Order: sequence, then structure tokens, then C-alpha cells
Amino acid sequence: MTRSVPVEPTPSQTVGPFYGYALPFAGGGQVAPADCPDAITLHGIVRDGAGQPVPDALIETWQPAPAGASAPSGSMRRDPVTGRHLGRNGVDFTGFGRVATDADGRFCVRTLPPPAAKPYVSLCVFARGLLHHLFTRAYLAAPEGEPLLAALEPERSATLLARQERAGVFRFDITLQGEKETVFLDFQS
Amino acid sequence: MPPTQSRPLTQQEISREIAEQARAHADSGVVSSHPDRDYAPYRSSLLRHPKQPLVVLDDPEAAELSGPVFGVTDVTDLDHDLTRQHLAEPLGERITVTGRVLDRAGRPVAGQLVEIWQANASGRYAHQRDQHPAPLDPNFSGVGRCLTGGDGEYSFTTIKPGAYPWRNHENAWRPAHIHFSLFGTAFSQRLVTQMYFPGDPLFAYDPILQSVTDNAARERLVAAYDHELSRSEWSLGYRWDIVLDGPGATLTEDRLGTEAAR
Repeated sequence: MTRSVPVEPTPSQTVGPFYGYALPFAGGGQVAPADCPDAITLHGIVRDGAGQPVPDALIETWQPAPAGASAPSGSMRRDPVTGRHLGRNGVDFTGFGRVATDADGRFCVRTLPPPAAKPYVSLCVFARGLLHHLFTRAYLAAPEGEPLLAALEPERSATLLARQERAGVFRFDITLQGEKETVFLDFQS
Repeated sequence: MPPTQSRPLTQQEISREIAEQARAHADSGVVSSHPDRDYAPYRSSLLRHPKQPLVVLDDPEAAELSGPVFGVTDVTDLDHDLTRQHLAEPLGERITVTGRVLDRAGRPVAGQLVEIWQANASGRYAHQRDQHPAPLDPNFSGVGRCLTGGDGEYSFTTIKPGAYPWRNHENAWRPAHIHFSLFGTAFSQRLVTQMYFPGDPLFAYDPILQSVTDNAARERLVAAYDHELSRSEWSLGYRWDIVLDGPGATLTEDRLGTEAAR
């Protein structure tokens, strides 16, 4: 059997410093539908190798729709009259969040808790200075034998655990380099 | 003048580093499509790349093998034409940029979101932090979006962006480029990149483009001028196809084999 030769991929390039008027959108961090009593807050600070906050990072979050249903569109709903962002429709869970870090390097999303079988929120990090985005996961729980966490040294796997600060509020810092460097993931193979 | 800590690096010094990196990659024999995150000629990368290797995850149940969905609610009809978002036409050379978005198996990525942003014809972004003393254009924001068609095709009408200076080193200039953001069927296929214009004399001086050390890979970032796409007395046409890396929801080795057998 002849294998098809995969097409060579387009290289990544940095998001640069000036994406701010193009990529962030109104309600980008409000992933949970309005008035969901079980919604959670996931927030943290992105830091560089000198421990300084990264004020121009872009964080995207992804969680599949519950129960294997495909996620609906509508993360970036637009007003056809003005062209402005309308925000989500308040009912559907699209699973996709996007927020820029603020001047303190902080990001925050309000979303639904991930299912017990996959107790993590997937994150993708973009920034000026980062030539190729980075994937990581914020685990809200660490079930016994979870394959990724179990495969890592404890001090490394600890970087993937979101810390519960109070009911419904989880802290997840992202360190791009150095001590406490976050574990980043490769799905390429 | 003796070199000091605060003296900005010269283009000559950066060009020497670029050449050293190119040589080191050629000698290593490892061909990589993507830039190393650790690429010193691009100074901002120094503190912003992980030192630990990425952890390879081979999990067929990974949430990242599915991804966000976008639809007609997420774009408006005007979004793909960056020359029609204001009262009057922007200044600059009107162009169309069109191409297809494909996965690693060469299959079209249909119905997915393509986002672009760019500087205006003078090389200035509509961004408060862009202090390049070139004029802003009140008729150009430089943001576009569209959904890919059934064959993975996308198309934008815009103006050709200008080159602009930046502060990586002394007399540093970015070649003209359009930023692209792309989604596949899986979050793992996510791509943010930049499209360049053929024959730009700034290519050799630019550490961001040169961070892609493989010549063939770097050429994949450069659009082709396509006279068939140019419209008489209206616009110049460029073609640029994009291939998303990473495993898609249905792109596995087995599936690749199956597709080939058909």
C-alpha cells in the first residue's frame, strides 16, 4: 500500500505586538453561558524567563462540548448592521475563549468546568517573541493515574495543576521559561 | 566607539548571527518547517521560549483533537474586504490575496475561520503602541476575516502593507507582511503566521522570517504574484496556500494510508 506523502506545513511566525485590534473580541473570556451556576473562573499571570509579567500575550482556551456533541459556532458573533462584536448568544457553549493579557500579564476566563474524564482546559499561548505558539493544559483535578500527569516528575506535573483559591475560582500561572517553567505539549507526532 | 551593553546591535551583527544559525541548522541535517522558539537573532525570543523540551502527547482521546467551530454568525459580508470598511478608500496599492487552507494530507479545511491583520500602506499599524512616525490612514483599519469555502479557499481584498522599522537592532526593518490566524478541525492544528510578498529586498535582513532556517520552508511563507488573479484597472493578485500542521480530528497515520489507497 502506498502511503500518501503529507503536504509540507506552512511555518509558524510570531503573533507580534500589534494583534490587539484584530484578535481579541468582546466577551472573549466569557465562555460560560450567562447565569450558569456552576461556571468557574480560571485566571493567572504569564511570566517570562526573568520572572517578569508578559503584557502582550494572547491566551486561547478550548474545551469540547459536553457529551461528545460538536461545539456550536458563535464565539465571535457579529452585528450585521454595525459589524461590531455582539458577544455570545448567552445560551450555547462554544468551548472557545480568547483573551489578551493585561499590563500585569494577567488573563482571566469564565467557563464551564471540564468533564471528570478530561478534567482540563486546553490552552494555547501566543506572544511577541514567541515564534511558535505553545500548548498546555490547566488541570482542575488530578485523578489517580491520569496518563499525562503520571508520566511527569512531580515538580513538572505540578505546573499543570490549577490551584483552587476559593469555590469556583482557579489560579493557573504560565511560566514561559526557567524555574517553575510550565510543561508545554507537542501534538505533532 | 567601544561596544557597551546599551549600544544597539548593528544589522551586521544580527546578520552574522542569522548566518551562524543557518549554518548550524544545515550542519545538523534536521529539516524543520517551524522556527526554533529559541532563536537569538530575534531578541524578544530570549526570555520567552521554554528551555525544557515539549512533552509529546500521543493520546487519541485528547481534547485538542477537536476544535472550535465558526459559522456565518462570526463574520459579516464586509469583513473580507479591508478597502470597504470606512467611508472612503484607503491609500495604497489594492491587492487581492487568495489561496486554500489544507491539512497535512492535502485535504481542504472547509468552513473554518481565517483572520488577518496588517499595517497600512505607509507601514503603520492602527495600534497605540506603534510609534513609527508614518501616517495613519483614517480609511484603513487593517483587520479582515472570512470563512473558508468548501474547497478550503479564502480570499481578501486589501492594500499592500508597507515595510516598517522595529527595535530589534539598529536600522531593523520588517519586510511587508500580512499576519494570518488559522483554525483547522482540531485545536492542535492552530496556526498563526505571516505572509510575505515575493522579491522583497528586506528578506535577508529580517530575523523573524530567517528564524525559519530551511530554505524551502521559508519560501512557503512567500505568496506568488499571479497575473490571472489581477483585475484590469483594479487590483493586483497574489496566491498563497496554507498547510496546517498537527494531527487533525480525522488525520491519523491510518487514515493517511487509507486515503492513499483510494
